[in-house]
Amino acid sequence: MTVVGTPLKRKEDPKLLTGEGKYVDDIHAPGELWMGMVRSTMAHATIDGVDTSAAAAMPGVHAVYTGAQLMDMGLWAAPLPCAWPVTPDMVNPAHYPVATGEVHHVGEIIAVVLADTRAQATDAAEQVEVSYGPLPAVASIAEARTDGAKAHSELASNKSYTWALVPDPAALDAAFAAATHHVTAEFTQQRLIPTPMEPRGVLAVPGVAGGDVTLYSSSQVPHFLKILLAATTGIPESKIRAIAPAVGGGFGAKLNINPDESLALTLAHKLGRPVRWTETRSEAAFSTHQGRGQLQRIELAADADGKLLGVRVHLDADMGAYMMLVTPGVPLLGSFLYTGVYAVPAFGFTCDGWFTNMTPTDAYRGAGRPEASYAIERAMDILAAKVGVGPDEIRRRNYLAGGEKFENLAVPSTLVFDSGHYGPSLDLALDKAGYADLRAEQARRRAAGESKQLGIGLCTYVEICGLAPSRALGGLGFGSGGWEHAVVRLLPTGKAEVVSGSTPHGQGHETSWSMIVADKLGIDPADVTVLHSDTAISPLGLDTYGSRSLAVGGVAIAMACDKVIDKARLIAAHQMEANPEDLEFAEGAFTVKGSPDKTMPIQAIAFGAFLAHNLPDGMEPNLQEQMTFDPSNFAFPFGTHVAVVEVDETTGQVDLLRYVAVDDCGNQINPLIVEGQIHGGIVQGVAQALWEDAAWDADGNLRNPSLLDYLVPSAAEMPSFETAFTVTPSPANPLGVKGVGEAGTIGSAAAVINAVCDALSPHGITDIEMPATPRRVWKAIQEANQ
Amino acid sequence: MQVDMTVNGQARSADVEARTLLVYHLRDALGLTGTNVGCDTSSCGACTVLLNGESVKSCTILAAQVRGAEVTTIEGLADGTSLHPMQQAFMECHGLQCGYCTPGMVLAATSLLAENPSPTEAEVREGLEGNLCRCTGYHNIVKAVLHTAEHDADFWQTQAGAR
Repeated sequence: MTVVGTPLKRKEDPKLLTGEGKYVDDIHAPGELWMGMVRSTMAHATIDGVDTSAAAAMPGVHAVYTGAQLMDMGLWAAPLPCAWPVTPDMVNPAHYPVATGEVHHVGEIIAVVLADTRAQATDAAEQVEVSYGPLPAVASIAEARTDGAKAHSELASNKSYTWALVPDPAALDAAFAAATHHVTAEFTQQRLIPTPMEPRGVLAVPGVAGGDVTLYSSSQVPHFLKILLAATTGIPESKIRAIAPAVGGGFGAKLNINPDESLALTLAHKLGRPVRWTETRSEAAFSTHQGRGQLQRIELAADADGKLLGVRVHLDADMGAYMMLVTPGVPLLGSFLYTGVYAVPAFGFTCDGWFTNMTPTDAYRGAGRPEASYAIERAMDILAAKVGVGPDEIRRRNYLAGGEKFENLAVPSTLVFDSGHYGPSLDLALDKAGYADLRAEQARRRAAGESKQLGIGLCTYVEICGLAPSRALGGLGFGSGGWEHAVVRLLPTGKAEVVSGSTPHGQGHETSWSMIVADKLGIDPADVTVLHSDTAISPLGLDTYGSRSLAVGGVAIAMACDKVIDKARLIAAHQMEANPEDLEFAEGAFTVKGSPDKTMPIQAIAFGAFLAHNLPDGMEPNLQEQMTFDPSNFAFPFGTHVAVVEVDETTGQVDLLRYVAVDDCGNQINPLIVEGQIHGGIVQGVAQALWEDAAWDADGNLRNPSLLDYLVPSAAEMPSFETAFTVTPSPANPLGVKGVGEAGTIGSAAAVINAVCDALSPHGITDIEMPATPRRVWKAIQEANQ
Repeated sequence: MQVDMTVNGQARSADVEARTLLVYHLRDALGLTGTNVGCDTSSCGACTVLLNGESVKSCTILAAQVRGAEVTTIEGLADGTSLHPMQQAFMECHGLQCGYCTPGMVLAATSLLAENPSPTEAEVREGLEGNLCRCTGYHNIVKAVLHTAEHDADFWQTQAGAR
């Protein structure tokens, strides 16, 4: 009986399909008060006055607090946390849940209303009058770099930090001096609004006595919440229980410690009443961080054949108004991947982080890695054109290990790639796409001068996931380890219970973990229950982000199962009067070698361990083991994506006709779930390439905060996908798994824009800025043809 | 004001503020939290319910406008513990991940097949245009709808005939 590797239907589904999934906004507590946020309408201004009198007189209003009043209440021991000080001298202005004195972005909280209902809180918040003293706003990276206006009045410069990874500067200079071909390209990674379908929400419920608070939050990181809210509020960690109930998607947007979470916790604790809040979708553009926001400059040096000699990268990264949990580190997560899947002798990366008067940026699906993949994969296409070879050929010439299979290969960005096998990935993708036929059809349309031209775009990506070896994170200045914790126990009735510190929000952990345990212990996956996302039930955990759950948390579960089997073996040997080494464990039972009739199922052993009537001397009762797994290396999934687009040259409209994705995430636990992750990831990258763009005006106002104007694609814009997989197990963990949560997004934006540029190449067009809107494409064609 | 309606086959009566949207009436007054709120501009479709058998975004209509009507929410779709064919198809085809858009998506798809029991892929995609999903990339949602249209063709023909 083996379930790992089969497309088992998800355990999570019946609840979610019948409306029984309980998200934060579905949970209520008697006597709860709703928070209504009074948010800044100015990007940068002094707060000259806050008049709460009209709001306080509104029906149902319990209290109205200005930022200054909240600060005076002593709710906070420290500002909201940034867990990733990337350099010792990184500038990090204090970020409290409420603004006092000066606001630094539209949407920053100035005052808070507490009222009996959501509507009353909203109505009252609208009655609070704020007097502003406008200050010049910094509303772009370009403006931040001039250091004319300052995003924070007290700062000498908008620059927060400079981070560099240039292992061998002399070798890098020599590579560029020796090169035949040079490519210099600049790309804009526009800001994106993550938009998980469930808006964020929070409910803090104080205990009747004793100072306990239970915090329900739509969070990817309840464990981080508990620790960091304790550290910043002064409420003892032991008094905080953080629960992430059903969570409706995250994509990084729910990987933070937010002002609203700290406000709900501290006000509930202070007032002794439950306090809640759920963001509206339009509010989310300001109350939840955004993604991307980078200007990239990438330079390639290559020899006459197009073989890379060096890659040099500089980023200017938009931090937004404040450093949030991992804001400064996001660009750095990509830094190691700007050489992509290629053998590059010399490499250098620098990044400047800049403050602006916009919503803070932070992790969004891929977090630094889609940006890296985009830059190198776009630049490789430009190099191919210079060398005069196809995009497939330029990649083949440069693959690490010549496209052959490798393990534990050091790359110049100082990492060791766990395993890779890039040649077959490209072969399979081109084969599936029917590459030669596509090129023939493209040639036909070009020759016929048709208005709808075909573009074919390739991307071969590698990503870094399975975050992470704790020592490596320490080396990067990250304020956390990267391990994951698991408990596996067999209950007296023979059913298994797993406690995981990994926190799902749509990934199907309950199903995947059940499959791992089922195979390990030889039981039915239906007999495995997975507990998670509640710090009272799983006190140790580092949650879900960076495609880490399987490669760290899943591995911890498998290893805990091994410990359970080891203990069970001792019990079985004792009770069967055999040597432990003479027992075989298969199909959920121990059998004495050579005596197939002498057998003992693990359920019987579990009951025996519970009774404890007949255990080996000194053995603890019960069959339960725990494991904290700290990986020895990151995992490096890879793949090749092919996008086929049709560009209407009369309108500039780009349609995605086909999308072929060949991915390699090592061994797979549940191919149904793996494919689903790829599908969703692809659309988020395609959306960045073609539609999504948080559009800020020069005054620091967001022009498209609602879903009316921010173009999240629907089913009508997308084709069905053509997916396939290669399997190159990771040597970095015993399951040979890598991770798949972000891969689709990391491969797709580059593939799509490469396809658009490929379609437009007869015009001499080499780049289209994202998103490639009809207006941009049409304009590029007009300008090229003048 | 007093508003009476039939929800999932049961007569429900409640006193509501005139400005109450149907979605908040269902969620807050009737406790039917399976209907989700995903936006504030009637763009996402997470709140889709069936109103007299046809899909409607319950954030676009006032509770008071629904007096005397029949409303079906996701809680009313399954027959006891056996899933409705559309729910079953979503499970078979992995048409959901986080589940937040799912109630609205399932009801929109149900309404779609009741109108057009054997749609093309393009018709399914167009038909679900008003419902956003951020997890699945729509691939498996579309697959699920086409799957049940084919495998439960008799059921859907009956549904269409009943309209």
